[in-house]
Amino acid sequence: MKLGLEVIDFSVEYGAIRAIQNLSLHVVPGELVAVIGSNGSGKSTLIRALSGLITPSRGSAHWNGISILGKKPEELVRQGIVHISEGKSVIPELTVAENLALGGLWRRDKLDVAIATQESLAIFPVLASRLNQRADTLSGGERQMLAIARALISRPQLLLLDEPSLGLAPLIIEQIFVAISHLQNQFGLTVLLVEQNAMSALKIADRGLILNLGELVKTGTPAELIADPQLRAAYLGF
Amino acid sequence: MFIDTLLIGISSGAIYSLMALALVLVWRSTRVVNFAQSGQAVLSTYIGYEISVRTHNYWLSLPLAILAGAILGSLIDLLFMRLLIGRAKSGPIAEIAPVIATLGLLGLIQSFIGLIWGNAFQQYASPLSAKGFTFGSHTIPFSPQNLFIVIASAAVMAIFGAIFKYTDLGLALRAASFQPEIAQLAGVRVSRVRNIGWAFAGAAGAVAGAVITPTSTLSPNSLDLLFVSGFIAAVIGGLDSLVGAVVGGLVLGVGFAFILQYIGGSVTFLVGFIILMVVLLLRPRGIFGHKVNRHA
Repeated sequence: MKLGLEVIDFSVEYGAIRAIQNLSLHVVPGELVAVIGSNGSGKSTLIRALSGLITPSRGSAHWNGISILGKKPEELVRQGIVHISEGKSVIPELTVAENLALGGLWRRDKLDVAIATQESLAIFPVLASRLNQRADTLSGGERQMLAIARALISRPQLLLLDEPSLGLAPLIIEQIFVAISHLQNQFGLTVLLVEQNAMSALKIADRGLILNLGELVKTGTPAELIADPQLRAAYLGF
Repeated sequence: MFIDTLLIGISSGAIYSLMALALVLVWRSTRVVNFAQSGQAVLSTYIGYEISVRTHNYWLSLPLAILAGAILGSLIDLLFMRLLIGRAKSGPIAEIAPVIATLGLLGLIQSFIGLIWGNAFQQYASPLSAKGFTFGSHTIPFSPQNLFIVIASAAVMAIFGAIFKYTDLGLALRAASFQPEIAQLAGVRVSRVRNIGWAFAGAAGAVAGAVITPTSTLSPNSLDLLFVSGFIAAVIGGLDSLVGAVVGGLVLGVGFAFILQYIGGSVTFLVGFIILMVVLLLRPRGIFGHKVNRHA
């Protein structure tokens, strides 16, 4: 048994299309791994399958030795695995405060929910001033912050982040990524970060995985990946 | 005369509101227009009727009828809708199959009632008088039972309103209805919460049936027309909005009462459908419908 996230021989199919083929990966506890790939590389599929939104056709996935396959997302949240989905993973019709409250709704330890809420608001102070606003009045960056803050209130161990930079301005992307890196360091979070924006993601990652058409192309430290001119040209785009 | 008509309108409007509320609760949790709603409500009412016949106690039969309505709603979701929605996942049938199935369920429930209690009219008696209040020599058509209808409906709405606005369960219910996937990812047990939505809907329908029936008679089809009004009210309100359902019901009830009083009974339903058409043409999302498109 390995600690952390261990995925072995993982395949996901949509009808006749194989979105992910025989993928294996291991994320050590406390590590931030960036999964890089273009549209259709299977990276979102990977994260959706790991969080229980879709079912893989074969393979296994374990978190700290416990199988996570066949469980619903709401059960995985209770095991410390929180998926922040692509784009604006908040409920627009609810207020900021209500969106935050959702993250702690299922938890028994209401004192710690209150503490976690304060911690989250300290990390994203802009949210504190908008608690009673509906989430759909927030900017894209603020919504992303709200989604991350809500996840933190669940006290996650493993954060599955799907394209947090999507549709955001470069300056905001920078802010969000600094925050993610900070979370990894402050809370010892394990992070699987799926990104098209390779440069931003590799800046904060301990390790990068490059996916193409559902297959693992290369894995290595950001420095190793960036040093490879072929990879840079074909997948990293910078 | 004006006040009399208004009071009667509020009393029947309150019932439409409850029916509309029941429809909206199911729509919000499962995205299904539940045509079995009137069947569920009438079965719950029969259960209340049976208890009152055996115990001669309306006040005991009422909460038990409501409880039966809630259990029935929950069971229909668990044993019927979930299986159905699980099987019909894609293609044109996926959207319409559950709705058609509720029509089938309606027939099933009403036949079942006929089998147990027969199709004859029954009297579900309430200790409250169905004769209008008397002021001096003037008797108005608004009776103590009508007053109770208004109070009971207002209580149900206040309780639901408070649950939705101030409790964790209410937050989970709203989150699950707006964005089920995001709610799930936040840890909300969406299918359980949906089931509670069905139970609430069943309870609301049972209240409607058990408080209105003492003013007339009980038969397997006795709530069908009420359901139609409730449906119109729900659509006027936007099908998605609890406030809209209540307002829609009251507007319709008061409107019907005035038409009945000043124009005649033959056109009331005609007017109801005209209102429905006008609302659908001018504001397809209803008066209180949200502007944001939601993921079904």
